Amino acid sequence: MRLRIRRYHPHFEPPSIDMEYEISGGGTLLEALEEIKQKRDRTLSFSSMCRSGVCGSCAVRVNGKEELACTYKPKDGDYIEPLSVVGVLRDLIGDFNSSLATLKKAQAYPVQMHSGMSEEDERHIERQSDCILCHSCYSSCPVYETNSSFLGPFALSRAYRYVADSREENKKAHIDAVVQNGIWDCTLCGNCTAVCPQGIDPKNDILVLQSWAAKFGHVNPNLGNFGSFGLEF
Amino acid sequence: MIYDVAIIGSGIAGLSAALRAKELGKDVVVVTKKYPTQAQSSMAQGGINAALSESDSVEAHIADTLRSAAGLADEEVVRYVCESAPEAIEWLDSIGTPFSRKGNAIAQRPLGGASAARACYAQDYTGLKILHTLYDNCLKAGVEFMSEKFLLNIITEENVAKGVTLLDIRTSQVEQLLAKAVVLATGGYAKIYGDFSTNGHGSYGEGLAAAMRAGAVLSDLEFVQFHPTALAKSSILISEAARGLGAKIIDSKGERFCDELATRDELARAIWAKLEEGDEVYLDMRGLGEEVLMRELPQERKLARIYEGIDPLQEPVPIRPAAHYSMGGVDVDIDGKTSIKGLFACGECANAKLHGANRLGGNSLLETVVLGRRTGESASGSRNEVEEKTYERTRIDSDFVRAVFGLPNQIDFMERQEFLSKVLYNNAGIVREELAMKGVLSVIRQHQRELAFMGIRDKSPLYNTELVRFIEYGNIIELAEAMVVAALQRNESRGAHYRKDHPEPKEHFKAHSHVWKEDGVLCADFKEVP
Repeated sequence: MRLRIRRYHPHFEPPSIDMEYEISGGGTLLEALEEIKQKRDRTLSFSSMCRSGVCGSCAVRVNGKEELACTYKPKDGDYIEPLSVVGVLRDLIGDFNSSLATLKKAQAYPVQMHSGMSEEDERHIERQSDCILCHSCYSSCPVYETNSSFLGPFALSRAYRYVADSREENKKAHIDAVVQNGIWDCTLCGNCTAVCPQGIDPKNDILVLQSWAAKFGHVNPNLGNFGSFGLEF
Repeated sequence: MIYDVAIIGSGIAGLSAALRAKELGKDVVVVTKKYPTQAQSSMAQGGINAALSESDSVEAHIADTLRSAAGLADEEVVRYVCESAPEAIEWLDSIGTPFSRKGNAIAQRPLGGASAARACYAQDYTGLKILHTLYDNCLKAGVEFMSEKFLLNIITEENVAKGVTLLDIRTSQVEQLLAKAVVLATGGYAKIYGDFSTNGHGSYGEGLAAAMRAGAVLSDLEFVQFHPTALAKSSILISEAARGLGAKIIDSKGERFCDELATRDELARAIWAKLEEGDEVYLDMRGLGEEVLMRELPQERKLARIYEGIDPLQEPVPIRPAAHYSMGGVDVDIDGKTSIKGLFACGECANAKLHGANRLGGNSLLETVVLGRRTGESASGSRNEVEEKTYERTRIDSDFVRAVFGLPNQIDFMERQEFLSKVLYNNAGIVREELAMKGVLSVIRQHQRELAFMGIRDKSPLYNTELVRFIEYGNIIELAEAMVVAALQRNESRGAHYRKDHPEPKEHFKAHSHVWKEDGVLCADFKEVP
């Protein structure tokens, strides 16, 4: 079985080339990358830790779609690239520093909380709290092409996780933090939902955040431009 | 910049310590070799113990922990941790941890060796969800993070910690980080068993190795817990919670041969014996039903399908025991203090003597939170004199990293590492004996002598993951030697340490093994349990 991998090293000319590798196949993509590194090419650089889909460090793009290397089974001829949008440091290793900074901007943390919730309340945040910060959603998001300050799907879903948490008393603080460069900038394309390895639905979470925002008196600025009482034509 | 508290490691122990130190108004920095939530803690599935229900009691929790510890726990530590457990769960709940619930109460399930359903959980994402909740709270509290920095050494002068030296993975430059208190929260060393470990890539014990090089005492290193139910091909863990829910362990004839809720060491040995006979062993989860499996253990079905190609609802899953947890660690007291002033340790890298010779499922997450917070507090009280200067250690480490790029690379360290992990698993693993372990020791010492003929092929200073792995391998062969020496001198069987040639516990070994280095020479001794 052969894999084509996009290599990147900023000090080389050209910095980016595609390389093909023969792998024995049968295992996961991460096992294949590991085989290449150990047996064929020590310079191949990628990130991994848990091998079981929970640490969020090994997401890459396979034939253009985000996948966790540790849970994806490669097929002959697959094309492996680093995540998009995040900067690339070397080969398949992305730079998560600026993307992780969106979490603080979106106030994706408890603001004023008490303890205790019901079984049903917990179910409301079960999915969102499965997030492993793998950046697949971030990589798939087209909004970054036009707005690099966009808070992005994982930050918004994780902010929504606290809005939907029955223990959180200050929902308004969360909503106020996600209206700028946040919920109204999303095009609701649903790429993030399609690529999430944990089955989280950021698109839907953003929609629900929009209705929470309306409840707190925020108006979608994109609709206001029409001067039509907020009705979209 | 001199920080008040520098915490190395961003798992649950590190973040718990960081939050406590931050609450106390300290300048805190958390250093991680990856990104903050990419920690081994994310893999903890089963739960976190606390006696919360009416059918349970703190005394029962203490008794279970002491029984499993087989005489090597510190009763004061056990009592403190078990008594603090309900409060710790309340705290985790109050800061947002989405524990599973039953009605309005936090749901609890039984794990092996426990006399009650004591483990609070969040599906099979208990560690992941606690870790991410703590991370969210660190963002709120303004805890500073330094990512992609690999711990090299502890800077000490006259047995006082002044900071650490770090490899900046992005540039291969060596940096020093100065602090009045250094907290090691770097995780365990079970991954030195390589493919025969449930742990993630990275649990190679660099915190322990660095502490040992700095002169700190490590204790009880021979106690490594082997989890009985790892997937046979990949050593990926199937949580003990599966057995709590009724999964059976069977042989190739489909017959049960052990009590599924026995402690992990008993089960691991029973399964090992079967495998040694040439038989195969399976975990049968078919009886659980789809609804229960998907609600309580959503990861397990996915992982069994990916790694074994088996749907656990249809077929039993092949399993083998794999190295899972290291009870031993940097020797600390209840406040996380090591034998070096200003150096603290908490979590799996530390040995606070909560688990003794064998850990109960659900007690390690508890330790990371309770003793993590306590260590954060005691580290906040540390006031070491630290000077703004380039310490000698930093120069030495800088020269060392430069030298690694020039090593001749005549021997491939990755091949050596793979070989060593096999030798360790088969001879210093679940069942041990003197002659075989002496063989292992000579292999390790051979590897140490060969180190100067190894090296790296990747010569780029930019994000050089081979360089990181090579330094990790150096730590492995340093730590494996200490572990095997400790296992060799314990001529008895106790808890997770089983000696075929000494199958019974012996009263005079009711003592902690200590190892340390003096002028680079490994020393070992026992210290009686007080």
